[in-house]
This record gives sequence, C-alpha cells and structure tokens, in this order.
Amino acid sequence: MEKLKSALSNCYLSLIVLFMYAPIATLVVLSFNSGRSRAQWSGFTTDWYVAMWADETIMAALRNTVIIAFLSAFVATVLGTLAAIAINNMKPVSKNIIMSITNVPMLNADIVTGISLMLCFIAFRISLGFHTILMAHITFNLPYVILSVMPKVRQASKETYEAALDLGATPFQAFLTVVLPELMPGVTSGFMLAFTMSLDDFIITHFTRGAGIDTISTLVYSQVRKGISPTMYALSTVIFLTVFIVLMIGNYAPEWAKKRKRTV
Amino acid sequence: MRLDKVIGALDKAHRNRFVIGVASFVTVAGISAVAVGCGTTEKDIEELPTPVEDTLYVYNAGEYIDPEIIDMFEEETGINVVYDVFETLEEMYPVIEAGGVIYDCVCPSDYMIEKMIHNNLLQEVNYDNIPNIKYIGDDYLKMAAEFDPGNKYAVPYTWGTVGILYNTGMLDKLGIPYPTKWSDLWNPALKNEILMQDSVRDAFMVALKKNGYSCNTENPEELDAAMKDLIDQKPIVQAYVIDQVRDKMIGEEAAVGIIYSGEILYVQDELEGTDVNVEYAIPEEGTNLWIDAWVIPKNARNKEYAEQWINFLCRPDVAAKNFEYITYPTPNTGALELLDEEYLENKAVFPDTKELLRTSEFYHYLGPEGDALYNNRWKTVKSS
Amino acid sequence: MKNNTSRYLATPYIIWIVGFIVIPLLTIVYYGFTDRNNTFTLNNIAQILVWENYRPLYRAMILSAVCTAICFLLAFPLTMILRSLKVGRSSLIVFVFILPMWMNSLLRVLAWQTLLERKGVINGILTALHLPEQHLINTTAAVLIGMVYDFLPFMILPLFNALMKIDDNTINAAYDLGASYWQTLTKIILPLSVPGIVSGVTMVFVPALTTFAISNMLGGGKIYLIGNVIEQEFMQDSDWNEGSGLSLVLMIFVIVSMLIVNHFDDKSDMRKGGVI
Repeated sequence: MEKLKSALSNCYLSLIVLFMYAPIATLVVLSFNSGRSRAQWSGFTTDWYVAMWADETIMAALRNTVIIAFLSAFVATVLGTLAAIAINNMKPVSKNIIMSITNVPMLNADIVTGISLMLCFIAFRISLGFHTILMAHITFNLPYVILSVMPKVRQASKETYEAALDLGATPFQAFLTVVLPELMPGVTSGFMLAFTMSLDDFIITHFTRGAGIDTISTLVYSQVRKGISPTMYALSTVIFLTVFIVLMIGNYAPEWAKKRKRTV
Repeated sequence: MRLDKVIGALDKAHRNRFVIGVASFVTVAGISAVAVGCGTTEKDIEELPTPVEDTLYVYNAGEYIDPEIIDMFEEETGINVVYDVFETLEEMYPVIEAGGVIYDCVCPSDYMIEKMIHNNLLQEVNYDNIPNIKYIGDDYLKMAAEFDPGNKYAVPYTWGTVGILYNTGMLDKLGIPYPTKWSDLWNPALKNEILMQDSVRDAFMVALKKNGYSCNTENPEELDAAMKDLIDQKPIVQAYVIDQVRDKMIGEEAAVGIIYSGEILYVQDELEGTDVNVEYAIPEEGTNLWIDAWVIPKNARNKEYAEQWINFLCRPDVAAKNFEYITYPTPNTGALELLDEEYLENKAVFPDTKELLRTSEFYHYLGPEGDALYNNRWKTVKSS
Repeated sequence: MKNNTSRYLATPYIIWIVGFIVIPLLTIVYYGFTDRNNTFTLNNIAQILVWENYRPLYRAMILSAVCTAICFLLAFPLTMILRSLKVGRSSLIVFVFILPMWMNSLLRVLAWQTLLERKGVINGILTALHLPEQHLINTTAAVLIGMVYDFLPFMILPLFNALMKIDDNTINAAYDLGASYWQTLTKIILPLSVPGIVSGVTMVFVPALTTFAISNMLGGGKIYLIGNVIEQEFMQDSDWNEGSGLSLVLMIFVIVSMLIVNHFDDKSDMRKGGVI
C-alpha cells in the first residue's frame, strides 16, 4: 500500500514536471533547429544564437529590460526603506492611509495600473519612452519593498542604535552601521522581489512604453504578431539558463559554502 | 515601534531635520528632473535648442526600408539620420500629435494622411527641392490626390491592393476552387483555413465589398449587414492576425489569407525551391487601394533635410534598390525601367491601375463618429 | 517631537505615491466619467451593460474561474506530496516546481504557441506517427492551457508555504483522535491552508481575469476577453473615455472578488482561533 502510494505520487510529480518543462524544453530544442519549421527537425545549428547576438532590437530590448529592472528596483528600495522606517512611526490614521495607497498597485489589476499611468503621463504631456517605463516600474515595485522591509523595521532594536550614539557615532553613522544592517535582510529581499517583478512585467510596460522602445516582454509580444523568428527560441534558452543559474547560485551557494566549511 | 526612539534620536542633533528635509527634496527633485528631463513637456518643445545641425529624424513603419539606403543617404549628404519605427499607424498618430518626439519626415498611409491634414498636423512640401518628383507616375499622383487634394502634402512611396493569397496545393487537396471573389471566403469547406485581417477597416472592407457597398460607407444598414456577415464567417476563420499572415502562409498554416500586395513577392521568394505554390487574387468585387507616402509634420525642425530625404528616395536607382528589398510596389516610373521584366509582368504586384480604379477605393478618414460606427460593430464581431 | 523628524523620511515616498498612484487613479476616474467634450457622463460606465462588453467580461470570468480551479486541483496534491517528502523549503525538488515562475511569462506562452500550432510540435509528432492533424490553437481550450501554464507556479508557491506551516503534531493528533484521512484533510489541513489558498487564488484569478496577451497569442483574436476589449479601446480605437469607464468597472470587479476571497481568510482566522 505504502509502495503504491509513493509510486502514485512519484508519477504525479513527474507528470507535473513534464507539463511544466516540456514547453520550455521544446523552445530549447527548436533554438538549435536549422530550419524555421516547428514541425520538423532539419539539422543542428547555433546560427540562431549568432543571429540573436547580432540583432540590435533584441540586444536593445535585453539591455532596456535589465537597466529598467535594476534602476527601478534600486530607486524603489531606497524610497521604500526610508518610507517603511517613517511609516512605522506614524500615527495609526496616517499609517493606515499611506498603507492603503501603497497596496493599490498590488490589489489593482495590472491593466488598470498601466492604463492609469499612461493616461496620467499623456495628460501631463510627458512623452512615453524609457523614463515613463522606469517611473511605472518604480511605482509597482514600491509595495513589494515596503512589505519586505516593514517586518524588519518592527523587529529592529533601538538599544544598539542608542549605544552607538552613546559611543559617539553621528546619527547618520549610527543609521548606516547599526540600523541598516538590521534591516538588510528585508531590504535585499525587497530589492530582489522588485527586480524580478520588473523583469517579468509585460502589461504595465505595454501601456507606458513609447514608440521605438522595447523590453523583452513587449518585444516577444510584437514578434509574435509578426511571425516568430527562431532567434526568439535562442533568446528563451538564454533567459531560461540565466534564470536557472542565478537562482541555483542564490539558493544553494550559501549552503554549499556552509558544507564546505564543515568539511574543512 | 522600537525604532521610534532610533529615529527620534536623529532629532537630537537638530540640524538633522533640515538635512533630511533637504535630502528628500533633492531625491525627489532629482528623480523627477531625470524623468521629466528625458521626456519633453509642451513648453520644452518651444524652448528646445535647434537639434544637432546635421540630423534628420525619420519615422517609418518597421521593416519598411533597405537599411543600406539610410547609409547611402548619410554618406552622400553628410546628414545624420535618426531612424525610428512604429508598428501601427494608430501608434504613430499620437506621437506626432503630442509632439513628444519631433520627426522631420514620416511615412503613413492614405487615410491617416487625410486625418493628419484634417487635424492640421502637416506642412506643405516644397517641390522645388524635390526635382525627382518627375519620376513618380502621374497615375499615382492622381490617386494620391484622392486623400491629399492637389498633392500638397504627400509624396507617394509605395502603393498596392489588398487581396487573397492562397495555397494552390492545399486548396487542390480540399477540392476547393481557387478564390476569385470575397464571397468565396464564406465557403464552409474552408473551415479553419482562413486568415482574416485583425484590423477593423480591412475586415469590414471585405464584407462591405462582398455585398457591393463602398468600404467608406457610413450607412448603418450596410454596416450592419457587413457585421452580420463577419459574425457568420467567424466560425470558419482560423485566426484574426495582422502581419502574421505572411509567415503563416509560408509555413502552410492556412490555405487562404488576406494580405497586402506588397507581401506577395516576399512570400513567393521564401517559397522558391519548395513544392509549395501560392497565388494572389484581387477579388472581382473590388478591393482597397492604398498608398503609403512621405509627409512632413508641421513641427518638423529640418524641413529642407526632409525634402532632401524624399528627393533621394525618389531617385530611380534608390527606389529600385529599395523595392528589391521591401518588395512593396513602387510608383516610381524611373525605377520600374530599371527593374527586371519578370517583376513587372507579375500582375499581382503591378496590376492595371485603370481597371482597378473602376471597382476599388481608398480608405477615407471618417472622423470620430464615423470611426465609432465601425469600431463598435467590430467589437460585436470579436465578442461573439 | 521625536516622530516629527522620522516622518520626513517618508516625504519622497509620499510625493511619489501621490504622483504615481493617486493622481493616475484620479485621471482614470476623470476620463471614465467624462466624454470626448469633457462633459460629465455615466455613459462609459454603463457601457458594461452593452452585450459586446459584458459578454467578454462574462467569458473572462468563466475562464479565469476554471483556470483558478484547475490550478488549485493540480497544485494541492502536488504540494501535499512535497510536504510528505519532508524536504526543506530550499530543497532541489521544491526549486524545480518554482523555477518556471521566474521565466519570462510571455516566452512561456510563446512556448505553447509553438506546441499547439497547426504546423507546431504536437501536430508534427502526430504526423510522424501517421495520426491526423488536430486543430488545437485558437480555441478556448488553448487559451485555458496557456493561462494554467502561466499561473500555476503562483498557486504552488503560497499553497506550499501554507502547508509547510502546519505542525505535524496537529495532524497526528487528529489521527490519534480517530479521524480518517479524509476527515483530517477536510477538517484540519484544508482549513489551516486557507491563507495559502486565498493568496494563491488571488495571484491566479486576477491576472487570468484581466489578461489580453494570452488570449491574443493562443486565441488568434477569436477569444475576446474583457482585457482585449480594454486594450483595444486604448491602443486601436483611441476611445479613452469608454476604455477608462470599463477599466473602472473591472477595478471594482477585482476589488469585490478580493473582498469575497479575503472574507474566507478572515473566517478561517476565527476558526483557527477556535481550534488552537
């Protein structure tokens, strides 16, 4: 009975893995297919990777995506961390008001957030482009930062800070050396969360981008409408591998380091 | 709450309040300055310094020029070209209207040019600077006068028709005769074999022309009939797509597709050497004729460069080279003389214009109310 | 006095959220309640009662509800099995099920397009096996598969987190007191995982309800959802007033469904209070 149960659950796990990875595997395989056809294998090639590398639109989209993700996560983290500290000190009424506004972009459907930002930019005659995508991304990143930092702010101890002041540190020094390290886990996870949210966003970018600027998501969307080139498969493979390696390192490097220490 | 004191302690050195206030102000001011600075507000536009002396800003549809031609132009004239692309005319229009980015030369289609003239967004072209206009055939200029009376604003770049592209092999297999009329697209035997255009005017043109109406009609009854026809057709349509028709026809995804005549040569080139054969039919009931033309926006900063650009594109050797790249029919008679006979004999690409003009029409700008008549019905079609 | 200074730290943030959350919302409200000539109207809101607008909303609701249900039915046994494996949160096997979440979502939809197309991978395999080609793409089922595939990890993650929080002792106690597996599942495990279910449902239902990209890419323009209607109003028809009106209706819809879902969460909190 136990054996049957475990066989069944293994079977189930495998089915879900198949469902999740078969499509991705397909993209990887097709990226090495020399023909354009998706139904036939016509030989191995790495040409699509070369073509992808040489394709200025793809490379520009890749650059934009990463730069926007980094900048928006960074600005959101700075603004959000400072705000989290301050909000924690506020009277319940103002705290509630600010927190409910903060949660709006998370509760709202992306399409509504995107449209409201687009209308606002146009109403105030801000032409759509790189900077409007950036501002939009900062906006939807903020709640993630606040929500990650808030719990750490609540737990932070005041005594060490005061001790630092007593020992002659300026408040700014004390903030940098004592408070910030305590908040750091929340700050980093907020940054990472914001970074990935920005990387993956399509809908808000779709509405706030201007002509001639693309991120990976909007590029894929417009390519699909024109007919998919196999360079898109090469791009998918590269992105999947990057995500895989980054997450592996992020998740397991600390553990490996620990194990190594132990064996040493 | 324990941080109360932490932060409160900052107050002890009271100058900090000032510091924090200033810091926050600077942060926000900095960010907004960067943000707004990248964009341009209306005021800014007037105050903007004249752009780099030797730069021309061009705005064109994607994949709609041979990139080498831009290089040639830069080399010959010493003018630096900033070349941007748009995907749809609907995306282009607000950019020009808002003037967020200022272009010197833009290439829209007929009805959009009419709309831009109507809304006073264009300036007249000075033909003294475009001697090569003599190579643009009179027939085409006459056609362009339909949406640009007196040919004041627009210099034709490409022209063509909308028609049915069909895969002869697939139709033979299905035992369906080759389409010659729009009404052939209502044949139930073609279930899941039809690619329709996912744009309101093109879709309605098909149904309106099928019933013998004008594709610019504002008669609600005619439009209702067309809407009903499109709803009836929906179950046998495989997909409503825009630019994908080309690739899907090459990939034998569908047997028939509605396509712009400029794409035929590309599809046929791609299929050369395979056993797949596609043909193009201009339906008997008549179709939509279109012209894409270069115009100069009212707020252009380098009108003379724009005219040099247009003049360059009208030069026969340039137009011929460009045609071979983009495969959209050129109205340049000088270029036609330079092209292979083979191309000119392709009646699908270069149909007899006199014959066509009897039955076919350009789209006209209908104004917001007219557009709404079409858009609302199109939504009904898509929703059903 | 003390609180005064720290409040300044929030100044940039407050300016930001006023500028980029409050004002944009007011803009959309303004557009939603005015017409082309800037006069007040309720017409844009009332547009939702028109057949061609409520039909796509209705269709989107059905599809997203079915998608959410399928995601839950797939994810719940999966997370139960993962839990029973007694592996940590950061184990490789858990990682495997979360990883696709970080892959660009449009590329994942693209993958299904290449699989389902007429000359796509699945039909290629069928042809190789001398089986007849199937019509898969541009159907409601194709859109549904795309939705489930895109959003499944967002159901797995919160469910898994919630299940991992349940103390083994609670479950064992139930067994010791003579509860059957079924009783334990419905009376103990399910109620205790409600917070996870609620956030999973939220994270799947809302994006599925409002998507326009998936229905466009896998539906061939034939499966028209409320997201497509709104997108079209803005990007093609340039009817911003009606588009804003419909967006407001959609916003209210989302908020109401969130309130309903969260109501269950609150209830479960009370029950939890009673249990423990």
